[in-house]
Amino acid sequence: MYKIIRKEDLSPVVKLLEVSAPLIADKAQPGQFVILRLDEEGERIPLTIADFDREKGTITVIFLEVGKTTTQLGKMVEGDKILNLIGPLGNPSEMEDFGTVVCIGGGVGVAPLYPIARALKESGNTVISIIGARCKDLLILEDEMREVSDELYITTDDGSVGHHGFVSDILKRLIEEGRIIDRVIAIGPLIMMKVVVGVTKPYDIKTIVSLNPIMVDGTGMCGSCRVIVGGEVRFACVDGPEFDGHLVDFDNLMKRNTRFLEEEAKSVEEYKRRCR
Amino acid sequence: MPVKKTRQKMREQDPKERIKNFREVPLGYTREQAIEEAKRCLHCKDPPCMKGCPVGIEIPRFIKHIADGEFDKAIAAIKEKNALPAVTGRVCPHEIQCEGQCTMGKLGEPIAIGRLERFVADLERDKGSKIPERMKPTGKKVAVVGSGPASLTCASHLAMKGHKVIVFEALSEAGGVLRYGIPEFRLPKKILDEELNYVKKLGVEVRADTLIGKTMTLKELQKEYDAVFIGTGAGLPMWMGVLGENLCGIYSANEFLTRVNLMKAYRFPEYDTPVRIGERVATIGAGNVAMDCARTALRLGAKESYIIYRRSEEEAPARREEIVHAREEGVVFKFLTQSVRYIGDEHCCVKAMECIRMELGEPDKSGRRSPVPVEGSEFVMDVDTVIVAIGQRPNPLLTRADKRLEVTSHGTIKADEDGRTSIPGVFAGGDITTGAATVILAMGAGQRAAKAIDEYLKNA
Ligand SMILES: Cc1cc2nc3c(=O)[nH]c(=O)nc-3n(C[C@H](O)[C@H](O)[C@H](O)COP(=O)(O)OP(=O)(O)OC[C@H]3O[C@@H](n4cnc5c(N)ncnc54)[C@H](O)[C@@H]3O)c2cc1C
Ligand SMILES: Cc1cc2nc3c(=O)[nH]c(=O)nc-3n(C[C@H](O)[C@H](O)[C@H](O)COP(=O)(O)OP(=O)(O)OC[C@H]3O[C@@H](n4cnc5c(N)ncnc54)[C@H](O)[C@@H]3O)c2cc1C
Ligand code: SF4
Ligand code: SF4
Ligand code: FES
Repeated sequence: MYKIIRKEDLSPVVKLLEVSAPLIADKAQPGQFVILRLDEEGERIPLTIADFDREKGTITVIFLEVGKTTTQLGKMVEGDKILNLIGPLGNPSEMEDFGTVVCIGGGVGVAPLYPIARALKESGNTVISIIGARCKDLLILEDEMREVSDELYITTDDGSVGHHGFVSDILKRLIEEGRIIDRVIAIGPLIMMKVVVGVTKPYDIKTIVSLNPIMVDGTGMCGSCRVIVGGEVRFACVDGPEFDGHLVDFDNLMKRNTRFLEEEAKSVEEYKRRCR
Repeated sequence: MPVKKTRQKMREQDPKERIKNFREVPLGYTREQAIEEAKRCLHCKDPPCMKGCPVGIEIPRFIKHIADGEFDKAIAAIKEKNALPAVTGRVCPHEIQCEGQCTMGKLGEPIAIGRLERFVADLERDKGSKIPERMKPTGKKVAVVGSGPASLTCASHLAMKGHKVIVFEALSEAGGVLRYGIPEFRLPKKILDEELNYVKKLGVEVRADTLIGKTMTLKELQKEYDAVFIGTGAGLPMWMGVLGENLCGIYSANEFLTRVNLMKAYRFPEYDTPVRIGERVATIGAGNVAMDCARTALRLGAKESYIIYRRSEEEAPARREEIVHAREEGVVFKFLTQSVRYIGDEHCCVKAMECIRMELGEPDKSGRRSPVPVEGSEFVMDVDTVIVAIGQRPNPLLTRADKRLEVTSHGTIKADEDGRTSIPGVFAGGDITTGAATVILAMGAGQRAAKAIDEYLKNA
């Protein structure tokens, strides 16, 4: 059992949990994730390690309430316990002094982006960050991102704060202004990553994306997380989750991520019925 | 009195009923049946049956005890060599092992050794199993990686020798394939739980949610423990690499079975993990794994469940009983058929597959006649779910994380007969050293490694 020692509501639907997990905290690197299961009947869901504290032996996850499990997790409070937690899974982000790196986060994707941006800064890079959300209320980790970035741009779909539009608009502008960009890291909804990759491709700017296919074990044994990269089948949980965005078949992944839509809706319905 | 040529029939759930539930199919022998069956044994000198058992159970001795109605003694005799008899009695490929060698098999039907083993194991479990005496603590600690049959056997043997054993398992529950692979209707999880309890009562501690190579490294284990056993199995699903394999509705056998067995998707939405099954399901392959998938699909509501296999029935690697059971339940076998391409609909979901007919040519390296495509025999079959069950390879996670471990070109860890690897004090056994094999072979490897580890610890 893994105890929740801190909870914070970053927005009505985005929550932060700090969980006691000394072994995982000891090994965690930016870019890696955990898989958790709340209780006996629970589903295993992956969440990125948004932060870790080796001394305290804790890891932090930040998540958006989208369905049954994340909603249930969002209701948990300090002192509650999570039944299963395994990690750190996946490969750490590649870390070196690349030069200038543009870090792009969309929605809750800013959470996993934060430790990567911080590590990139510590590795000597010039970090330009672009973070976006649907609206002001859903924007997370603005202060934290500002602290680790040389420049920070904000966008919202409805214009309630920052640039009215998409993160890709700012990226396009930076490129068109002739800024030298050595690498782009984009984490967020699949459609956002796909658009970003479309922007950088003509300029041949190396673009890393973090993929979020549906997972079960996270140890490379089921293939639920398989994605097509450069025409080959790869398992995101062990070969990723980060891949060269220019090689990813986003259309296939988007379709595969809707495999269980009906069941997911039923799960939420059932949960609401039981919780009444 | 002449011996009976035929064995006692085991009661089974009616096929029409059982495809509507996940309860166990065979119902086991009654006491009377077990004694009757045991009486058929000829008590051969130099019994051939024992040579067929990879863990060397003294088969005639335990059968004699059953014939005498001394069931306690029978189970004690089995447990000297086998810590999980309720499991092996159910899943061993008896027909090619103990029963395959049985003298009675030449005169009629071989003695139902597996069923007898299962009978006494079940009987004991109902009464609560006795814990054998352990040797006094040696003060040595052994780490066991993985919790499948190889690991559990190794752990229990080491515990009996007085060593402290900790088992590290990546998944949330111990048992390996017995937990996530083999379905409830073939091996009830309650039985596995009780066999696990027995191992725990011997003093073995299980730590779940621990992926060695990620959560902890092999080096760290070596620092903290006097020896390490690796029994991480062969869990990496193989693909055919044909067009359309990434369509929705196509599962690896591992994904399908893990969702259903480990995560209990067959009880969705009470359990949160979903599995989607269509009306026409094709399972590719004809091993035990494939039979489990095809039969599970029926229980989840598939209207038609097919087995697609590129060779003929004779070459099918599954246990005979599984093929018989699958057929009784309505699984349709398409032998000498290979899928060559999957066709998707506008939602990227599989709607059909193109197959080609095969014929058997010259024998290959394995001695089986290899299938060759019959030109121009392509045809299209409508399917909405495909389960790929063409085999598993060792998961490379641990061997990639620690380059000191020597591996073969098949990805298996190099080890000698007793499990010694290229690193002193690190042993391995089961599917991780042999490639996908059987429960009892994994147990045999675990047992031999335990002996070698015990010796190593004495000299260390
Ligand atoms: C490597 C990785 C890291 C992730 N990190 C984060 C994170 O830091 N914060 C965050 O909010 N979300 C993250 N996600 C997504 C998160 O796992 C899903 O939002 C969550 O599983 C949804 O579960 P649910 O029951 O609440 O919703 P559901 O209603 O079950 O699903 C909603 C959607 O989430 C996806 N999903 C469902 N089940 C799974 C599953 N078992 N594995 C992966 N995706 C699934 C599907 O696309 C689905 O349509 C990550 C996903 C991956 C693969
Ligand atoms: C569906 C199916 C049906 C089968 N039916 C039969 C049958 O009827 N009869 C028969 O004899 N055999 C059968 N087999 C084969 C048999 O189950 C295997 O040969 C046997 O389980 C191998 O045992 P093992 O101990 O080597 O590994 P496994 O049972 O594979 O266990 C390995 C365990 O190690 C864990 N693990 C892996 N890597 C790590 C790591 N890095 N850190 C921590 N833990 C890790 C895994 O999660 C797993 O729990 C079947 C197999 C399958 C898949
Ligand atoms: S363990 Fe398997 S092979 Fe050995 S006697 Fe029992 S059923 Fe036969
Ligand atoms: S070979 Fe068959 S008949 Fe002979 S001792 Fe073994 S079980 Fe009995
Ligand atoms: S989640 Fe099972 S292989 Fe990646």
